[in-house]
Amino acid sequence: MSEAVRVSGSLRNRLTVILIGGAAILAVLLFFIVRNYAAQIAQQSQDNILGASVTSILGAAIIRDGAVEVDFPYASFSMLNTDSDDRVFYAIYQDDTLLSGYESLPLVAPDFGEGTVFRSATIQGTTLRVATASRVLIGEDRRTRISVSVAQTQDALSGVLNRISRNVALFGAGFFALATLLAFWATSTTIGQLKRLTTSVTRRGPQDLSPVVKPVPSEMVPLVSSLNHLMSRLDHSLSQSEDFIAEAAHRVRTPLATVRSHAEATLQRVGREENRQALRSMVRAIDESSRAAGQLLDHAMITFRADHLDRQDLDLVDLVQELVLRLTPVADMKDVDLRLDAAPGIRVAADPILLQNAIRNLIDNALKYSPSDSTIMIRLRSAPHIQVEICDEGPGFPPDQIGGLVARFARGSNADGIIGSGLGLTIAQDVALAHGGHISLANRPEGGACVTFSL
Amino acid sequence: MCYLFLVIFSLWAASGTAQDWEDEQVFPEEQAARVLTVLSSTDTSFFASIIEGFIARNPSVQVRYLVTSTAEIDTVFRASPAAFDIVISSAMDLQIKLANDGLALEIEGLNYPNWAAWRRSLFAFTTEPAAIVINRAAFAGQSVPETRQDLIQVLRAQPEAFEDKLGTYDVRVSGVGYLFATQDARTSETYWRLMEVMGSLGTRLYCCSGDMIEDLAAGRITVAYNVLGSYAIARTDLADQIEVILPADFQTTMMRTALVSAQTGQPELATAFIRHLIDAQSNEDMFPLPPLQDAAKAGQPTITLEPALMTYLDALKKRTFLDEWVNAVIQ
Repeated sequence: MSEAVRVSGSLRNRLTVILIGGAAILAVLLFFIVRNYAAQIAQQSQDNILGASVTSILGAAIIRDGAVEVDFPYASFSMLNTDSDDRVFYAIYQDDTLLSGYESLPLVAPDFGEGTVFRSATIQGTTLRVATASRVLIGEDRRTRISVSVAQTQDALSGVLNRISRNVALFGAGFFALATLLAFWATSTTIGQLKRLTTSVTRRGPQDLSPVVKPVPSEMVPLVSSLNHLMSRLDHSLSQSEDFIAEAAHRVRTPLATVRSHAEATLQRVGREENRQALRSMVRAIDESSRAAGQLLDHAMITFRADHLDRQDLDLVDLVQELVLRLTPVADMKDVDLRLDAAPGIRVAADPILLQNAIRNLIDNALKYSPSDSTIMIRLRSAPHIQVEICDEGPGFPPDQIGGLVARFARGSNADGIIGSGLGLTIAQDVALAHGGHISLANRPEGGACVTFSL
Repeated sequence: MCYLFLVIFSLWAASGTAQDWEDEQVFPEEQAARVLTVLSSTDTSFFASIIEGFIARNPSVQVRYLVTSTAEIDTVFRASPAAFDIVISSAMDLQIKLANDGLALEIEGLNYPNWAAWRRSLFAFTTEPAAIVINRAAFAGQSVPETRQDLIQVLRAQPEAFEDKLGTYDVRVSGVGYLFATQDARTSETYWRLMEVMGSLGTRLYCCSGDMIEDLAAGRITVAYNVLGSYAIARTDLADQIEVILPADFQTTMMRTALVSAQTGQPELATAFIRHLIDAQSNEDMFPLPPLQDAAKAGQPTITLEPALMTYLDALKKRTFLDEWVNAVIQ
């Protein structure tokens, strides 16, 4: 039943990866959006100051005695002071001729209309932000256009941007860490529901096929209802097969018993030796069939029960003693002495029906192979493992076959003439394995077989 | 080989301009492997001890110390920036424009207060107020003017006594004179009234503080306005003849600045010199100039190292200002 379930990924991993991946993408997006936004705002504020500087210079331009004078205030440049000591360039043009300032700072275009124009330019390998505006002065006899450009390097701006970037990066990392924690929490809560259902199903006893009644999240309702449905069907088919086993046992054993009693009765009445011989063979065959049927049913029952062990706390000594008592009449018929050697009170957690079945089969086997007037020793040990050892004084196992005898329907080469199906050791072995134990076969040096049943 | 070439080149470049230096000194006399050329407006007497301290630390170095006026420094350095390693000037406006125009080398790793440096390329190392200096004898028996207003009143009260006995910078020639004048004019209208009064009395115009102090001591003039106080105080030999007055109404305080040429052939050596200059401030024996003082702590405003200093260097602004100044002073 423990056949490996094929695994395709993990819900928890998938969910975690999706959530964390999503958070990472969001964090990166957040970083770029905020940084971009901050860059725009920072640029905007630099532009505003450059624009104000240009305006204040332009405002100072007048025509006096026919010559242009631009007596601009100290503040025009003072306002451009930054923490990073950005360089300042400016140029004042009258129409197309440079009045004063830096020649290297050209006009944007001779005619660019009203308002202040902002652009980026490169002078001496440095990137500058340039603001340009112009104004028409009207003298006595002419109109003249005064254009002013003020430019500034962007050291302070990039400093601010770097600071913002660092903060936003920290913020994004914090957001990501928090989202990751949340992802783990959300995943484990979700998977927790599944786990709880799994635990409640796993912890059930073998006979418990009742539907799951604990409330489950709505997404799990289809799964749980199919599970409930499956269990009810299983319950139904199990009770059917149990019924079938009982029915089959009854149907096979009862007529066989009837046939046997008829054959025995006939044997009493028949006088001729060859007829008596035939009848004896018949009785033997019937015994064999009856036994085989019984053992087949036992085996089927064990195979079924092994998957749903009904472990109970029981006293092994009591159990074995009861079996010995039950089998003593059969042993007496063969003049075999069943001797039990056990310290009282060996407690074991096992399925009593299976354990009984296994040990009965083993004692049965010993009885079958014991010669008359011999002893079968049954020893119970609790240390180092719980063991039941059954030794007879029969012919022992054929040494060359000792490894294969526990196989289904395998019989020893020295078993001719002894009724048996070859299932006794198999049943004992199945029960031992179902309880996590094993059986081992050995021959006694002074003759006879020994089977050790360990739990 | 490389250094030799540089030395030859710098000598050629310097001689090529056929420059007449106010002073030209070489420390030490004997030839050295490396030559550091310093272009300065500061009199050699103030710098000799600083340079000697530098030589003591760097024995294989020879320092050529060239002195000229602040305006001349600007012209000469712009003409051949590769010929000089260090530029030291009291004209903060011209210096900041040199740095702004990319002629100064950015020096990393100098831990210097932000207000005393600009763009890690211009470093202030003194704090020097402009002073009114008077001839003690001429003012014997009368109160000494404490403010510009006082001075105006004294001049108006006895115009005949001060006729041709006044002196100030010729701002058309002197860079630092122009800086003081423009900053004074920014601060107070009193400056223009003083200039008008001085102009009406026939003021003598000077290129340099040193000349003014000499004439004061000799009695050729009795009042000099906007003299570098540090120069006057340093002349302890003349302390009996002259008195230095730091105006009580407001002081125009300048910071002497140094920069390394962006085209210097020996940036490490030049940087080491700047470092030495900064370190020397704390050593009174080596540093005869008034060391840098935090303006905020000193309680007196100092001209700020900022690009706004370039305002009055603008061709149009300068023309307007000089016109006005000439109108006031040369009547």
